[in-house]
Amino acid sequence: MKTDIILCGVGGQGILSIATVIGEAAMHENLYIKQAEVHGMSQRGGDVQSNLRISSNPINSDLIALGSADVIISMEPMEALRYLPFLSKEGWIITSSKPFVNIPNYPEVETVMADLNKVKNVIILDIEQLAKDNEIPRSANVILLGAAQKALGIEYDKLENAIRRVFGRKGDAVVDANLKALAIGKEAQR
Amino acid sequence: MRKLLLGDEAIAQGALDAGLSGVYAYPGTPSTEITEYIQNSKLAVERNVHRRWCTNEKTAMEAALGMSFMGKRALVCMKHVGLNVCADPFVNSGMTGVNGGLVVLVADDPSMHSSQDEQDSRFYGKFAMIPTLEPSTQQEAYDMMEMAYELSEEVCLPVLMRVTTRMAHSRAVVEVKETPRAENELNYDAKASHWVLLPGNAIKRNITVTGQQAELEQRAVESKYNKYIDAADHSMGIIASGIAYNYLMECYPDGCPYPVLKISQYPMPKELIGRMTAECDAVLIAEEGQPFIEDLVRGVMPGNAVIKGRLTGELPRTGELNPDALKRALGVEVREGYDSCEDVAPRPPALCQGCGHRDVYTALNEVLKDYPNARVFGDIGCYTLGFMPPFKAIHSCVDMGASITMAKGASDAGQWPAVAIIGDSTFTHSGMTGLLDAINENANITVIISDNLTTGMTGGQDSAGTGKFEAICRGLGLPEEHLRVVVPLPKNMPEITQALREEIEYRGTSVIIPRRECMQTLQRHLKQKKAQEAKQ
Repeated sequence: MKTDIILCGVGGQGILSIATVIGEAAMHENLYIKQAEVHGMSQRGGDVQSNLRISSNPINSDLIALGSADVIISMEPMEALRYLPFLSKEGWIITSSKPFVNIPNYPEVETVMADLNKVKNVIILDIEQLAKDNEIPRSANVILLGAAQKALGIEYDKLENAIRRVFGRKGDAVVDANLKALAIGKEAQR
Repeated sequence: MRKLLLGDEAIAQGALDAGLSGVYAYPGTPSTEITEYIQNSKLAVERNVHRRWCTNEKTAMEAALGMSFMGKRALVCMKHVGLNVCADPFVNSGMTGVNGGLVVLVADDPSMHSSQDEQDSRFYGKFAMIPTLEPSTQQEAYDMMEMAYELSEEVCLPVLMRVTTRMAHSRAVVEVKETPRAENELNYDAKASHWVLLPGNAIKRNITVTGQQAELEQRAVESKYNKYIDAADHSMGIIASGIAYNYLMECYPDGCPYPVLKISQYPMPKELIGRMTAECDAVLIAEEGQPFIEDLVRGVMPGNAVIKGRLTGELPRTGELNPDALKRALGVEVREGYDSCEDVAPRPPALCQGCGHRDVYTALNEVLKDYPNARVFGDIGCYTLGFMPPFKAIHSCVDMGASITMAKGASDAGQWPAVAIIGDSTFTHSGMTGLLDAINENANITVIISDNLTTGMTGGQDSAGTGKFEAICRGLGLPEEHLRVVVPLPKNMPEITQALREEIEYRGTSVIIPRRECMQTLQRHLKQKKAQEAKQ
C-alpha cells in the first residue's frame, strides 16, 4: 500500500495531532513513513501543511508530487483548496466546514463550499458542532481522521489501537472521547 | 530499537548515542528541535550533558570548542544565518583543530520559510577547509553523527553537518542503538601549541590543515555515504546531493536509467565526478540550496560533458527543490492534479491575538503620527511581523541586533526620530554591544526592547537576559531617567505613548522596555498550572 496525505489548516489548529495518530498506526504496521512538517514563523496564524506519506515500500521524497495526494485532511475549508494541484484526480478531501477568518480578504463561504463541491470525492463536516453535540469538544480533529479512514487505506481497528497508544498516558476519559470522535467520523464516510 | 523521529531529533539522538557531553545552541528555525530533544532526553539528564541555551551562536561555538579542547564531544547547532554570527570562531576552529569530536550542525532554510536569506552553509565548510556532511535520510542523519565524531577525532578537525528544512522537519522511522557510547574522559594535551593562534603557530598549522585536504577528499571518495550507481544509459548522468537525491529517486520508482552519483560527504569527491563527466554526455546536477557542486564541477572538470543544473535553468535558480522540479529537469511527466483554485486567499502569519508586541506597535504608530519623518529599525523575531498590515510599522530588518546599530547610523547621518525595536532575546543575542556604542556617543535614538520574557518565534525557549534588562542597560551606562519600563496593555496606552513621546523628544539615547509575557508561553504555563492543580 501507499498513501500520500496532505494535512492542512491554520497555524495553531493542531493538524499534527492527527498526523501523530496516523504515524503511530503506520509504525505499528511496520510501514515506512515520511512526514514533512512546518515549524517556525508560519505557525503564527498563517497557513500550515504537513506532507505525510506511508507505504509498504521505502519512500524517497519527503514531499508529495503534484497530482499525487490520495487525501487532503483539512481543519479549515479554504485551506483544503490551497493544495488542490497536489490532489490526485481520484483523491479525497476531508475537511472541516468552519472557516477560520483571520484575513480581510477571506472569500465568501458559499464560494469556498462551491469550489469544494467541484471536487469528485469530498466530505465536509462541521466537526466543531459534532464534537460539541457529542460532548467531546477537545476531539474535533479526530472526527476528521475517522472520516478519512477509508481514504487513508488503514483498517478502522488499527486507528482505534493507535488512539489507545497515543492518548493512553492521558487517561481513559481522553481515550474514550477520541474513540467516540473516530466513530462519528467513520459514520460520515461515503 | 525503532523510533519515529524528526531529522532534527535523529541528529540529537545520534549525538547522544555517540557519547555527547554538551550541546551549545541559540534557537533558530529549522534547527531548534535538536537542542530541545536533548533537553528532554533522560540520558542527557542522567549524564548531565550540557544543554542550556546560549546567548548567541558565537558564545555557543566558543563554548563547544572549549569543551572539545578538554577532550569531550560537543555539538553546536544553529540555523544558517547563525553561522554568520559565529563565523569567526567557526573558521578559526578549523585552524586550531579539535581534541574531542566537534560537530557543527547547521540547518539551512532554502525557500526562506522562516529566514531572511537562503545562503548555503556548504560554502562555509569549504572556506574553513573542514569535512562537510549532508545526509539524505533521517537514518543517515542519525548514523552520520557517530561517524562525524569519529571523523572529527581522527582528522582533529571540526565537522560541519549541513541539513535543510525538509530534512530537519520531516519525520521518518529510524533504527537507533540500544546502548549509547560512553562519554570521553577529560583529556587535555598540554603540549599542543596550535591552540594559540599567534601568527607563528598559525602559519605552521595552516600548512598542516591545507596538507590534510587531499586526505579529506580521499575519505569523501571512499565514504559509504557517497555512492556511484552505474546504469546503462550514458546519454546523461546525475549528481544529486543530500535531500535532492530523494527527489531524484522519487522520479524513477523502478530505478534510475542514468548513472547517479549521490554526494553526502565533502570535500568534493573529484575522482567520482571525473568518472561521470568522462562516461556521460551530459551531467545534471541536483542540489538543495545554491549551485555549490555545480559551480565547482563547471570550474574543474575536463571532458566534453554538458553540465546542466540551476545555472542553466533546468532546475530553478532559487528556492527549494521538490519532486516536480526534478521531473521537469529530467523530462519525466508531471502528474496532473486539480487546477489551482483562484478563490484561495494568501494567509500570512500574524502576531497572536493579545500579544504585547501588538500594543507596542499600536502605541508607537499613535505617537509617530506626529513625526511623519520617523524611521523605525526593526529586528529579528515575531515583531518583524509589525511590517505587515495593520501596523506597517518598521522600515528595516536585516540581522540579529541590527535595529539598534542601524538606528544609530541613521542618527549619525542626521535622521530624527530614529527608533529601534528589538525583542528581549535578540537584544541579549546581539543588541547589547550596539547599545553600548550608542550610549558612548549619546546617539539620538530611542530603543524599544519589547520584552515578552522568552524567545518567542522559535516556540518559547528561555531568554538569556530575563530579569536583567534594566541592570544591563544601567551597566552599559544608560542614565536612569531615560530607562523606562511599561506594561503593554490597551489600558496603559496613555502611559506608553507619553513615555515614547518624551524619549523621542529627548536628544540622546533612551530605552523603553514594554514587558508582558508571550501569549504562547502564557497559555502553556496556565495549562501546566491547571494540570498540576488537577494532580494535587
